[in-house]
Amino acid sequence: MDVILFLIFAAIAVVCGFNVVVQSHPISSAISLIGVMGSLAVLYLLLGAEFLAAAQVIVYAGAIMVLFVFVIMLLNAGTEIRQGRSLLAQVLGIPLLFTFLGLMAYFAKNMFPGVPDAHFGGFTHGTALDVGRALFTQYLLPFEVVSVLILIAILGAVVLAQKEME
Amino acid sequence: MNFFLLSLIKAVVVAFVLLTTLAYLQWVERKVIAHIQVRMGPSRVGPHGLLQPLADVIKLITKEDLIPPYVNKVLYLAAPFFAITMALLSISVIPFGAEIHIFGDSTWMQLTDLNIGILFVLAVSSVSVYGIALAGWASNNEYSLMGGLRSSAQMISYELPLSMAVAAPLLLVNSLSLRHIVEQQAGYYLGFIPRWSIFQTPMPQVFSFIIFLIAAFAETNRVPFDLPEAENELVAGFHTEYSSMKFAAFFMAEYSNMITVCAITTTLFLGGWLPLWPASAGSNFVPAIIFLLAGAIALYHGLNPVRRRDGFTLPVVAVVFFLVAAVFLVPLLRGALLPLFWFAAKTGGLLFVFIWVRGTLPRFRYDQLMAFAWKFMFPLAVLNLLVTGLMVAAFS
Amino acid sequence: MTSPGVPLSWYLILSAVLFTLGIAGFLLRRNIITVFMSIELMLNAVNLSFITFSYQLKQVNGHIFSFFVMVVAAAEAAVGLAIILTVFKNRSTLNIDDVSSMKN
Repeated sequence: MDVILFLIFAAIAVVCGFNVVVQSHPISSAISLIGVMGSLAVLYLLLGAEFLAAAQVIVYAGAIMVLFVFVIMLLNAGTEIRQGRSLLAQVLGIPLLFTFLGLMAYFAKNMFPGVPDAHFGGFTHGTALDVGRALFTQYLLPFEVVSVLILIAILGAVVLAQKEME
Repeated sequence: MNFFLLSLIKAVVVAFVLLTTLAYLQWVERKVIAHIQVRMGPSRVGPHGLLQPLADVIKLITKEDLIPPYVNKVLYLAAPFFAITMALLSISVIPFGAEIHIFGDSTWMQLTDLNIGILFVLAVSSVSVYGIALAGWASNNEYSLMGGLRSSAQMISYELPLSMAVAAPLLLVNSLSLRHIVEQQAGYYLGFIPRWSIFQTPMPQVFSFIIFLIAAFAETNRVPFDLPEAENELVAGFHTEYSSMKFAAFFMAEYSNMITVCAITTTLFLGGWLPLWPASAGSNFVPAIIFLLAGAIALYHGLNPVRRRDGFTLPVVAVVFFLVAAVFLVPLLRGALLPLFWFAAKTGGLLFVFIWVRGTLPRFRYDQLMAFAWKFMFPLAVLNLLVTGLMVAAFS
Repeated sequence: MTSPGVPLSWYLILSAVLFTLGIAGFLLRRNIITVFMSIELMLNAVNLSFITFSYQLKQVNGHIFSFFVMVVAAAEAAVGLAIILTVFKNRSTLNIDDVSSMKN
């Protein structure tokens, strides 16, 4: 059951990820990216990260991608015109990317030889209680720093979006 | 019984009840708004207009399903489907009642109880913004795009006070699971005040309730926040280019969102399926008494009818009410029906408030709406969360 | 009794695949917004890696890292999209080859 769910949602993630890179209109890429995030949220649930799965959908798919979709709609970005593609980059680049991918996959497979498989329910400390406890005791300083970071991001976005002074 | 079979049966029952409630909620809305405006409302199709939803469904199905040639077909067809899917999905975590025992099996009156139940509801409401934004974009029409963007911006702006208002009672109940939230509100202070979230010490959640309700009006695009989709603004907004069943899908999604939001308010703030005063003081007979009274009133008006047809329909209504009251007195069914009655009564009361506000208030202009969210509601919600946190920390 | 689980290396391979797709999008596409979305794809792949290792080590620290990555991605998306809007306002183009006036 776990294997079937993993295979279905991993396949959806890879197909949507491929779509993000290949589609010519940015809105199709954005919707494919939302598909990737949704299937990753299911995979997080399979790995016992229930709070992170909810945060992924609420923050990533429900807020960040909404921002992307808004900007694409506001700018009315048309389809991309392919120009200036160097043949050398494509002939050399894509096989090298696959080599890189193969190397990473090989290392991933051989890094932990004796590790048991992942079951749904094998890790039960991913609840909001555990994440909250760790966040507010052990990782309190990064938490506060990150809140200042968000404040700076808000100020930056507001300043950049202001109308220019006449 | 097999877990999957039981879940399937529960899902079918909940889906059937929800869709019927959707259809008749529209009837209730039209009747209530009509009576607020001192007119009759639908009264021709069937007795008292009760078959009006059926007539509307037949009309919408048989209308010409026109797909304009200039739209983005994939997104145009996907957007209402997406909207209605997300709207119906969030019903699956709401607890309708306590545990019931049927045929030797015991099951809860809830489709599924997630550890992160309230986060699931927030997540589904975050993602349902896309149905409207993509509908506006796919219609390839300036007015639809502006309507879609305005509606989406309004929904994501009001998600912030909504989430903050949800976080405050969670500080009191210490759980994210909706079943636990209702169970933590059991019990009574001084023997008669229920321990619902809006009455709980150390901090009664009255402000959270009000903020949540106002943000819920904006999230579901209801008056006074319905500028993006009102018929006399922006040529009907994001659903201008939609006809027949796709248009019906958007309206079903809106009413379903309304029901979900009222159900969540009931669960978080008003104690879910818990009764108003203890069963030892006789709250088990409240539904029977209410239906008996309603039957008596219908019978009284039926015996002195204003219109000749009422002389027949109102006594029939009275008989139906008496039968329902008798059902509530059967001890075998009482355990299952009483929590359901209290939940339905509270949710129905909140739905009546939604309809009442629609019939009473004018609508906000869009810049007033956004300023209200960012400059008033959000600081107020943060302040509410801060005060709740301080009180909880000081008194426990 | 229990069904066979999913080997953890499969999750890591999926993370590698998504990361490589992100790199491919980042290097090959010319639209600023699509490039930005490829960066988000890379960040998501890294999140999956963190959570896989958190499962393996049976600790919650990987979840915390993932949480911080999400927060940083949100802040970056906000500022980055504001910059994209400003660039569009000034240059009326979303093609990154056309905003290369600082190149030699």
